[in-house]
Amino acid sequence: MSIDIASLTISGIQSALRAKEYSAEELAKAALAFAERENPSTNAYLMLSPERALTAARAVDAQLAAGKDPGPLAGVPIAVKDVILTKGLRTTCGSKLLEKFIPPYDATAVIRLEAAGGVVIGKTNCDEFAMGSSNENSAYGPVRNPVALDRVPGGSSGGSAAVVAQGTAVVSLGSDTGGSIRQPASFCGIVGVTPTYGRVSRYGLVAFASSLDHIGPFARNVRDAATLLEVTAGRDVQDSTAAAAPVPHYADSMNDGVKGMKLGVPKEYFQDSTGETAELILAGIEKLRAAGAEIHEISLPATQYAIDCYYVLSTAEASSNLARYDGVRYTFRSEHSNTLSEMYRNTRGEGFGAEVKRRIMLGTYVLSHGYFDAYYLKSQKVRAMVTRDFTTAFETLDAILAPVSPFPAFKLGEKVDDPMQMYLSDIYTVTGSLAGIPCMSVPCGKTRENLPVGLQILCNHFEEPRMFCIAQAFEEISH
Amino acid sequence: MKLTEKEVRYVAGLANLTLSEAEVPKLVANLDEILAHMDRLSEINTTGVEPMAQVLYAADDLASLREDTPRPTLGSEAALANAPLSGPGYFKVPLVIER
Repeated sequence: MSIDIASLTISGIQSALRAKEYSAEELAKAALAFAERENPSTNAYLMLSPERALTAARAVDAQLAAGKDPGPLAGVPIAVKDVILTKGLRTTCGSKLLEKFIPPYDATAVIRLEAAGGVVIGKTNCDEFAMGSSNENSAYGPVRNPVALDRVPGGSSGGSAAVVAQGTAVVSLGSDTGGSIRQPASFCGIVGVTPTYGRVSRYGLVAFASSLDHIGPFARNVRDAATLLEVTAGRDVQDSTAAAAPVPHYADSMNDGVKGMKLGVPKEYFQDSTGETAELILAGIEKLRAAGAEIHEISLPATQYAIDCYYVLSTAEASSNLARYDGVRYTFRSEHSNTLSEMYRNTRGEGFGAEVKRRIMLGTYVLSHGYFDAYYLKSQKVRAMVTRDFTTAFETLDAILAPVSPFPAFKLGEKVDDPMQMYLSDIYTVTGSLAGIPCMSVPCGKTRENLPVGLQILCNHFEEPRMFCIAQAFEEISH
Repeated sequence: MKLTEKEVRYVAGLANLTLSEAEVPKLVANLDEILAHMDRLSEINTTGVEPMAQVLYAADDLASLREDTPRPTLGSEAALANAPLSGPGYFKVPLVIER
């Protein structure tokens, strides 16, 4: 028996399991073997978890044999970004500092996907502490884009995007603080969703910038992404920012179509795009117009300041969140220290990589005496303006359409020595993150060099159902 | 603006971060370029705008509260399991006060 792992879908697995074409255990074994064989080309998995996967798969088989419903993700091989805690399974955050860290508990999102029958097959590579836009900041080596191996998969959730694009997982979980799900999804030609802030509990997501951090799904189609979000979303007593709003059944409205919908296209998102990206996005928008949507050109004037605002706020929060890695609790301690304060400084100096140090320095600087008002407080006000731009636009619009990134996947090493250029790859994604609105990337054609480009769909808070409806319609007309 | 090596060392001290001699000039150059870009923030008029510290949306005031019922905690053994050095029920650290 051979299973075509790379083309599996969640619904396909559900019918195959029930038709006894294969068992969940056989599927897990096949998926693990496929991942082990394919991974050397991309370095997308940091670790496979056969023991945990087989235990989960056998439980699914036992439930099916007993005539019970194991849940909507029954038997589905799922990869989890290595900033999301998995009890007893090493979680490194792409950092040398956490090389030996074994979490004592599971993230809520992981508990929920396993309770729905999901099978965690491994942990994926990422930029150290999710800080980066290319996955080149991992202490365990960069990830290569399966679409073009000399290019980056995007970041920071590069591994989670690459495994889904390569087919070594059916769906995966990533995290997004300023674009870390949408940008790699766009670079790898798959679907990536940043839900409303608070839609998915952050309990067990290693904190980078708490007011901006999200967990969200990657998938090869809109429906699978919606299913994974639906399973992981919802109130959680372990995270007071997890929204109490009920989680809709996204499939119910997914096929409603875009006829009569009012979609805004902000001119600020086309100023820095390289010609071909903008052309592909505009062609995609034309398809939605042809399908019956009303397209309106709009302006979101605070957009141009969002990138600066984002890097001030996210580094400020990071400098405080990463204070905990001081050599006391989290595995790594510098050996060359005689006093407590020396140990703190040396542990951090030896344990963190260059980009993490840069952001801690930046964040500490913008919070320091004399600069707080000019950078931090100013950015909090600009964040309110970016948000107001969106909420005003959504008074008359159903959604906003834009590119995810100004350019497609760039070459490994191309931007690595120029942090400012690297930060600018996030200009179109940080806006949605700052406002906390749901936004996603759906494949929108390929450049002449055969590199995927992603269309970004942004909606108002908790309007994931409408966002998925537009994405589903777009997926159908693009095929 | 022009950042100095002295400022970078001062900020590294605030952040409890040992920097190598090679890292200091590199950070001076990087941070200088990034901060120069961030200085564009002074162009935008934010008069009368309330600072935004977190994402807010319409919800019940008490929505994020839970029942105040006791729940089991992690326990000291699990909490200490990742410590580089620990004793029974505590973390061990180097000398705090020198005689």
